[in-house]
Amino acid sequence: MESLFPKLEPLLPRVSKPIQYVGGELNAHTKAWDAVAVRWALLYPDAYEVGLPNQGVQILYEVINERADALAERSYSVWPDLEALMREHGIGQFTVDAHRPVAAFDLLGVSFATELGYTNLLTALDLAGIPLHAAERTDEHPIVLAGGHAAFNPEPIADFVDAAVLGDGEQVVGAITDLVRDWKAAGRPGGREQLLLRLAATGGVYVPRFYDVTYLPDGRIAAVRPNRAGVPERVSKHTVMNLDEWPYPKTPLVPLAESVHERMSVEIFRGCTRGCRFCQAGMITRPVRERSIDTIGSMVEQGLRATGFEEVGLLSLSSADHSEIGELSKQLADRYAEDKISLSLPSTRVDAFNIDLANEFSRNGRRSGLTFAPEGGSERLRRVINKMVSKDDLIRTVSTAYAQGWRQVKLYFMCGLPTETDEDVLEIAELAHDVIRAGRRATASLDIRCTVSIGGFVPKPHTPFQWAAQCDPQIVNTRLRKLRAAINSERSLGRNVGLRYHDGEPSLVEGLLSRGDRRVGAVIERVWRDGGRFDGWSEHFCYERWVSAAAAELRGTADLAWFTTRERDGDEVLPWDHLDSGLDKQWLWDDWQDSLGEFEQDDCRWTPCFDCGVCSNLGTDIQVGPTGRALLPLAPSAPRS
Amino acid sequence: MGRAELMARRVPSGPPPPPVVQRIRLRYAKRGRLRFTSHRDFARAFERALRRAEAPMAYSAGFSPHPKISYVGAAPTGVASEAEYLEIGLARVVDPVQLCTAIDAALPDGLDIVEAVPAGPGSLAERVQASHWRLELPADHAAVSGAVAAFLACDSLEVERPTKGGTRTIDARGAVLSADVSNGTGHPEGAPRAIMELVVRQVTPAVRPDDVLAALRRVAGLALVAPPVVVRLAQGPLDARGAVGDPLAADRAAVTTPL
Repeated sequence: MESLFPKLEPLLPRVSKPIQYVGGELNAHTKAWDAVAVRWALLYPDAYEVGLPNQGVQILYEVINERADALAERSYSVWPDLEALMREHGIGQFTVDAHRPVAAFDLLGVSFATELGYTNLLTALDLAGIPLHAAERTDEHPIVLAGGHAAFNPEPIADFVDAAVLGDGEQVVGAITDLVRDWKAAGRPGGREQLLLRLAATGGVYVPRFYDVTYLPDGRIAAVRPNRAGVPERVSKHTVMNLDEWPYPKTPLVPLAESVHERMSVEIFRGCTRGCRFCQAGMITRPVRERSIDTIGSMVEQGLRATGFEEVGLLSLSSADHSEIGELSKQLADRYAEDKISLSLPSTRVDAFNIDLANEFSRNGRRSGLTFAPEGGSERLRRVINKMVSKDDLIRTVSTAYAQGWRQVKLYFMCGLPTETDEDVLEIAELAHDVIRAGRRATASLDIRCTVSIGGFVPKPHTPFQWAAQCDPQIVNTRLRKLRAAINSERSLGRNVGLRYHDGEPSLVEGLLSRGDRRVGAVIERVWRDGGRFDGWSEHFCYERWVSAAAAELRGTADLAWFTTRERDGDEVLPWDHLDSGLDKQWLWDDWQDSLGEFEQDDCRWTPCFDCGVCSNLGTDIQVGPTGRALLPLAPSAPRS
Repeated sequence: MGRAELMARRVPSGPPPPPVVQRIRLRYAKRGRLRFTSHRDFARAFERALRRAEAPMAYSAGFSPHPKISYVGAAPTGVASEAEYLEIGLARVVDPVQLCTAIDAALPDGLDIVEAVPAGPGSLAERVQASHWRLELPADHAAVSGAVAAFLACDSLEVERPTKGGTRTIDARGAVLSADVSNGTGHPEGAPRAIMELVVRQVTPAVRPDDVLAALRRVAGLALVAPPVVVRLAQGPLDARGAVGDPLAADRAAVTTPL
């Protein structure tokens, strides 16, 4: 397959950051086109600097390329400057590895971390010369397959994708590759339609065209039903049950361009049962499956040798919850003390243990900022969202942090949560003031900083808040303005508090795309035709474009407000009900009712099973330590001085 | 805040970092598609390669120790080079040839370490008096020759260089010591190609090939249908005949005992 690079190369001096389009990264692969049976293009529908560090893409890239009979190459969204030049010169969407045209691959896997990448999918398809609508594709086009968290409700992009896969990709990507290989080897019987039927028949690949959606007169969905034999009523998510057997990425990609995460990441566990009711990731990745301390140790060692990174991030949804995080961090810090390797973990829990960990990770380094995420401004609201942190805990924790040399504390909150009032949000100001007072007391210094970051809440599918009314952006904006005024009402405290937030409007569009159904596809397409690109970037996002496209395409009752700010009833058929995350719908509803009653739910790692449904429905189980093991000694052949 | 801070400031614990015992000067190349790496991109890749190669780097002191690396003026992003230079400080004496091989193996293809020489006396940066550039221009030989003749006939030619904050005015002529034009060969589509070789004296701010092309446009209306392919062939001391020499020659000649 011919490389597009000779045509692309003369254009590169004319675009910003051309390095992002040339590939050639350390640990990248280019395999011979004709030597394999199945070829995957993996698209991350956002800029290279965001997409390159994505763990999902790196894992699949490596897993596929390890097979002798398959290859995988990566593709990322091109910025509008290059898009215009590619259109002018007739250059199609390309992979950065061998600059092969995306249209020539058998499969185009698209990883959606967020719904705001949907318009970028359309750009990539259009540049590739692949028809936007799955129905218009022929046997010569790749199968377009969506994955990632947004694939748990792919209905808004059902017109544009051929299939969607829910859950962990490591194993299912192999099963799909086998299936496509066998179908090709058999002479592609039945063409594209037959291949999709074979995929759908596995029960683990959702093919939207094989399901019909019917609607009630009031706009709600009547039913979603398979429209042919051999297609299951519901499609299940995939769960890898032994992460130690899948220690990927083994050789992480090292970009030449600067990316959003200039570090090597090692996932220390998957899943979370803290039960924060707003958190889609925590709900759809259950159960908790830990990597053992020795596997993590060898992944860190091997990854550092393969990359030369100087920072290792221990990733998960709540890394301090690993059953052996204390031993793990101490042993890693000991091992790499001489090597100028720093360790980091996303800290979200508000307790003293977290500070001990952070101290371990910064033994001899700068203690700049510690981040905590109380998420809700008041204790009442924190009960609603099931984020169990008391104000006293928080103040005690930040006092310890300041006393131990941390200069700045960052606090994350959400605005627009269910049942939220102005008073809940204004309590953030009191909390911030108390944090500054506590810091001054702990350090006897006035020079204490606290940053308050606020994100807009978006109700997500497969969470207890999937029925909730999203807060109107104007209410969010008003509350945040009031909060700013309240923080600044005491000048001597407010001047040490930094407040960061965005307007509520992008969240409303994210809400439309998150909980939308197939009718929303026309809105996405209209926005894209109107020039919508890179909706996750504030400098490219245009709210008015979305509002007018929604007004034009969503006629009747089901309009923008209906999809977003409307509370759903318990008996409503939700657009994603036929997609099985393992969570029992009745349990989600009960948890939603508990939320409204301000009842908290414990974590099933430390209390009895509360029947969320995942383990019983999917035949999975919690896998947590402690194992009591230690890091394996490094091989004597590879001494570290 | 104007008030003495009572808070105990943490200071890095442990002994000070080991001193530099050996300095090594490296020549490296930026080739093919990796010519699009910016200098910052290269610096990150190089530091990672040092760690992968387990080079015994000397570090600065403080909370965020930095490896001792100093760069000599880097080629612009998008311009290839056969002759970029840097110097590293090591905490342990190593064999330069082995170090060269190990770092090269740890870098992606296209960022290539060409040579490593223990540093002799004198500063590397001061030896760089001029740069030799080769430009492959998508333009007719006669047109380029004519433009270059007009360019060389001037004493000075000011051009505007776009910068982040606006534009900067630069004399693109004064620093140019020679500009030779020859016929390019072997272009598959048969489009006209001219080769221009420039020797440019090291001045501040540096005059880049782009500035000279802007001057050719200004003085003779020379327009290019596509971006030129530019490579730095050499940078170093100037000899009496106006040729650019090897800046590491003096190091090779010096007695190579470690500092």
